[in-house]
Amino acid sequence: MRLDYKIILDFIEPNTNVLDLGCGDGSLLSLLIKEKNCTGTGVEIDEQSIYKCVENGISVSHGDIDTELLDYTDKRFDYVILNESLQQVLYPKKVILESLRVGKKVIVGIPNFCHIDARFQIFFEGRVPVTKELPYEWFDTPNLRFLSIKDFKYFCRKNGITIIKEKAIANDKIINFKTNLLANMGLFLLEKIYV
Amino acid sequence: MGKELLNVKTQYYTFAAPPSEMILKSGEKIGPVTLAYETYGTLNKDKSNAILVLHALSGDAHAAGFHDGDKKSGWWDNMIGPNKAFDTNKYFVICSNVIGGCKGSTGPSSVNPKTGTPYGLQFPIVTVEDMVKAQKHLIDHLGITKLLNVVGGSMGGMQALQWTVSFPEAVSSAIVIAASVRHTAQQIAFNEVARQAIMADPDWQGGDYYGKTVPSRGLSVARMIGHITYMSKDSMEEKFGRKLKGKKSLTYDFSSDFEVEGYLRHQGDSFVQRFDANSWLYISKALDYFNLAERGNLVSVLSKTKASFLIISFTSDWLYPSEQSKEIVKALKISGKDVTDIEINSNYGHDAFLVEIEGQSKIIPPYLERIFKRTK
Repeated sequence: MRLDYKIILDFIEPNTNVLDLGCGDGSLLSLLIKEKNCTGTGVEIDEQSIYKCVENGISVSHGDIDTELLDYTDKRFDYVILNESLQQVLYPKKVILESLRVGKKVIVGIPNFCHIDARFQIFFEGRVPVTKELPYEWFDTPNLRFLSIKDFKYFCRKNGITIIKEKAIANDKIINFKTNLLANMGLFLLEKIYV
Repeated sequence: MGKELLNVKTQYYTFAAPPSEMILKSGEKIGPVTLAYETYGTLNKDKSNAILVLHALSGDAHAAGFHDGDKKSGWWDNMIGPNKAFDTNKYFVICSNVIGGCKGSTGPSSVNPKTGTPYGLQFPIVTVEDMVKAQKHLIDHLGITKLLNVVGGSMGGMQALQWTVSFPEAVSSAIVIAASVRHTAQQIAFNEVARQAIMADPDWQGGDYYGKTVPSRGLSVARMIGHITYMSKDSMEEKFGRKLKGKKSLTYDFSSDFEVEGYLRHQGDSFVQRFDANSWLYISKALDYFNLAERGNLVSVLSKTKASFLIISFTSDWLYPSEQSKEIVKALKISGKDVTDIEINSNYGHDAFLVEIEGQSKIIPPYLERIFKRTK
């Protein structure tokens, strides 16, 4: 199993209700249904992925994360997952806050654009980084937002979002030390108490 | 591809004989009522594999296979049959005609038992709710208490939605294709122009033309308008462009110069051979009257249903655009229902539900499989 999936599975309590935003072929949702007895649904923009979701027995909505989120009532889900999808939305702040509205807790997985490999490329080559984890050239990247683990934590602090748990990984290993330099992905379990 | 369904037969079920007539939404009574229907595949022992297919405005009960000696298959034959999207090796598929129609069911061309002559405009106004209510009689007659699925495109999709609301206990799931919960002013407007074309034909005679000359010019124009709305700008451009029909240059008169003109005339003329003008008036009116959210908001109406939903729309369908499907999806989500939706990329416009087989055949079988497993 992919390490990020394993971490997300560990974040999630069994028998809960999950919304996966940018669910791809539904493989994470399938795992949650099988391993954690969750119920859930997904949102996905790619037509071919919708067919795969249905083959995987997943209920899914075909559309944009930005607009689909508005269709759900408050705290409808125990968890909302944004795994590797936040960097591809047009309004990430709105999407996180909306996710925290429809979900009791939110799980975010982001690629770390300030990994040491990327920093080296910028510093020594003077070029926008292309790494194994971020393989796209500037002209064909689906990513609209470039952020680091540190940036994300700063964002949470500024917006009154509590980070309940966090993990960082690189090359299928957990990184516990200097994560913003050594990890290429950060995973967070979030909550926001509205008063 | 599996074997074809051969020797298919249309069957008829008659009910609501006086004094127990069927009461219509308008309050009027009608009886006896006959529905034409066909079935494909075998009903299993616990009667849990039944799928009801509902047709569009000009459709009929002959959805699949071939009638004896016939070369033309049913209107959704590419979707229904052995190893097709609606696999008749697994499922028992029923296709029912509608009340108000002219393809074997009771409609304005049927004989009014009170007068011994065709109803014509004496036929009461029927609604989508009435169509569904009549079909429930048929499903009861077949001994089925719960349908695995109700499915239809266009008007068929509206009937499918109505089934889940009218009879929530009788439907496990619905596949709603290229449909909406109510017509917009634009959709009503197209229907009204078509109705006016029929009624402006002097042969229409206030609807009393049976046994005389039928209003073929009016009905033909109505069908031409329909065809324009069923295609997309791109699919028309691809099929016809500005190509001339059987001539090398413009003729400078009003014969048909362009291929698209010839096509529309042909579609109109051949439709007159197989459809009754009054049925067109009645059924198109039923479509315009349809409003699922008539008694309250859509969310509270759909909260009543106990079905799972698969909502399908097509990118180039401008008659029933994807926004109308998304409106259904949104209401289902808010009411907490299980819903999957897809907008299939297609160039065919509204016609896509009949011809865009690949995408529909990819999504429908695993969806049905999941529902079928769950009901066991």
